[in-house]
Amino acid sequence: MCGIAGVIALREGLPPPVLGDLKAMVGAIRHRGPDEFGLYRDARAGLGHARLSIIDLATGQQPLSNEDGSIWVVFNGEIFNYLELREELVALGHRFRTRSDTEVIVHAWESWGEGAFARFNGQFAIALWDVRAEELILARDRLGVRPVYLCEHEDRLFFASEVKAIFAGAPSIPRAFDPVGLAETFTFWTVVPPQSVFQGIAELEPGHLRRISPRGVADRPFWTPRYPVSTRGAFAGSLPDAVQAVRDALEGSVRLRMLRADVPVGSYLSGGLDSSLVAALGRRVKGDKFCTFSIRFEDAEYDETPFQRSVAALIGSDHREVLVRRGDIADAFPAVVLHAERPLLRTAPAPLFLLSRLVRDSGIKVVLTGEGADEMFAGYDLFREGKVRRFWGRQPGSALRPLLLERLYPYLARSPVAQRAMARDFFGRGREAWSAPGFAHQTRWQPTAALQRLFTPDLRRDAKRLDVAARLLESLPAEFTEWAPLAQDQYLETRTILSGYLLSSQGDRMLMAHSVEGRFPFLDTDVVELANSLPASYKLHGLDEKHVLKRAAAGLVPEEVARRPKQPYRAPDALSFVGSQAPEWVAEVVGPRAVRDAGVFEPGAVDRLWRKCQASGAEQFSNADNMALVGVLSTGLLHEQMVRRAPSRDAGMPFRTVIDRVPVGSAGLPPSDGAEARQAR
Amino acid sequence: MSDHGGVAVQMASEEKGSRVIEPVKSRVKRFVMENFYVSDPSELDDDTSLITTGTVDSTGMLEIIAFLESEYGIKVLDPEMIPANLETLGRIAAFADRKTRDALAASREKGST
Repeated sequence: MCGIAGVIALREGLPPPVLGDLKAMVGAIRHRGPDEFGLYRDARAGLGHARLSIIDLATGQQPLSNEDGSIWVVFNGEIFNYLELREELVALGHRFRTRSDTEVIVHAWESWGEGAFARFNGQFAIALWDVRAEELILARDRLGVRPVYLCEHEDRLFFASEVKAIFAGAPSIPRAFDPVGLAETFTFWTVVPPQSVFQGIAELEPGHLRRISPRGVADRPFWTPRYPVSTRGAFAGSLPDAVQAVRDALEGSVRLRMLRADVPVGSYLSGGLDSSLVAALGRRVKGDKFCTFSIRFEDAEYDETPFQRSVAALIGSDHREVLVRRGDIADAFPAVVLHAERPLLRTAPAPLFLLSRLVRDSGIKVVLTGEGADEMFAGYDLFREGKVRRFWGRQPGSALRPLLLERLYPYLARSPVAQRAMARDFFGRGREAWSAPGFAHQTRWQPTAALQRLFTPDLRRDAKRLDVAARLLESLPAEFTEWAPLAQDQYLETRTILSGYLLSSQGDRMLMAHSVEGRFPFLDTDVVELANSLPASYKLHGLDEKHVLKRAAAGLVPEEVARRPKQPYRAPDALSFVGSQAPEWVAEVVGPRAVRDAGVFEPGAVDRLWRKCQASGAEQFSNADNMALVGVLSTGLLHEQMVRRAPSRDAGMPFRTVIDRVPVGSAGLPPSDGAEARQAR
Repeated sequence: MSDHGGVAVQMASEEKGSRVIEPVKSRVKRFVMENFYVSDPSELDDDTSLITTGTVDSTGMLEIIAFLESEYGIKVLDPEMIPANLETLGRIAAFADRKTRDALAASREKGST
């Protein structure tokens, strides 16, 4: 796992990229790959790389080229099937100099062009520079495990794994929040690529490739999620067949992710079904000395320690834990936001930031996680809720159908009448439109979007005019409405929360903050295609979520883990920031001056929110209060660290690989850079 | 010292006074704006559903009920906790109005016997 960065000229006649700028870009993301650093530069383009060495430790340095040095690549991620592809490419006559998966990319591009990316089973962000064609090709894995951002500025295109590297590459790039990005965040919990939260910065969409050359720019998907249309593309076997197929696919996926590494691979272990299954399968591949890592919470409400320990005991792993207190979350939060580079509505990334630190300190560089199972196999309450609400919507006058809400959310049956009646009102709203795209998600988007009442009048007006939910629904694939309702919900969940929040803010960013690579067996190409092809009833059986997966896990995980109701992963939110223990920066960030500076929220409204949160003290906060306070704090921290503050230009690390094709003394080249030590390639 | 005391007394009496004279609807609106950190009062119509717009979630509804009970000394009964009484500012105000009048009438009746 690594970080990539680079810049290309978009017109003739510009001076070559400045080495110091390229180094500053790499320096800004050195946490992604602290092992080795590399640069490539010619008159038109510069590529930078920060390496976390996992495969081919000895010769896998980047940037790396084809045989004649006409195509260069920097790459963040893994191509898990690289050995198989390499064999094919060798048979086609390509000569390899290294044992790395990186080199496979270059030759795959030479042989298969755009068709190369769909052959990669992996998680990747790739930049290829074709010297002769003067073309840059950027590509990103199917579901967006690895990030790439882009920015056009003064006739150059900057790109990098993280936005901070782009800002570091050219401090003259204006830094400001984007109203669309903010409106999306305060609706979906995340921006939806290519949108970002910064003006002028775009995010390459998952499953897309973009080609930039003097002949123009082309952006197209090489893969999109597909679900069956009636029986077309549907898994034809019985449920037991599906159980077997899922188990086989997962075993293969975990095996590939365990073995395609030249360093030890461990696993996260939340105590839920998904990571328990992944850890159990990983342990079988690894044999002994398999490390598992868990988050414990001091607050019992969020803690899953007994389940984690029962799995660790059953599979016999070397189990490590980090105990997270409210104060730990508050202390880590500024760094968490700086790594996430977007506003957050939950603190849940913070414990994962602390967990990756534990992994690194344990000497492990790679972990499996259970992320993606809930999207691929329908684990969320949202999917069950959508099913109940659609069922009710088909008979909107039914008195019996809404009773299913109480089966769905047992707490409702125990709640005060007010909550039950209001819940019915809330979940039943607009139920006549049960077949409309996005129907299930409205109960999530609406309460989040209601937080826009905190926005300044200007931003509120913009957000209303933009109607980001309508925009998203207009961008759906043509066959969307032909998919089963569950598949529609899975698609939207994958496109929004999975890619934008879970794999990014809770995934890549928190892992890479401590130079740890996450691997996601549930996002394996074969697993995803299989899961998407399954009939809805195999995944959501009545109201039993992840039905086929639970059956596939039978015998591999403890009985109580397989049977337990799904517990959403949460951390103390507003609770972490109130009370006498709260760090000093909290009061500063919610203060009128900082709020006005950031220009996102109305100072008076934030003041009311803050007073309410302080008065509530240690009591329970409503979901809205939690999201509002965390959203305000994270937006303020992001503004302070990435908008107001000038980008850090630290580049004091040694570059092991430097390929400089700009003649010494040519235009734009500072004299000191001319003395750069070069490595012959 | 005495100045401060005077101001405090005056404020207290104003506050006390406002509780008596401020119309229920405006008092409820003020509470909703304060408690749910609404920045623009024009977005809170009498007829805007607080629930379906997401301004007030189910926990928030309990906060509104607690406010009505403490502010107006009324008791909201289980069967009364329904959208018909609590969904919009207008309905909440009408409901609180009715409850306080009922309570007043009940206490008068009690006093006359």
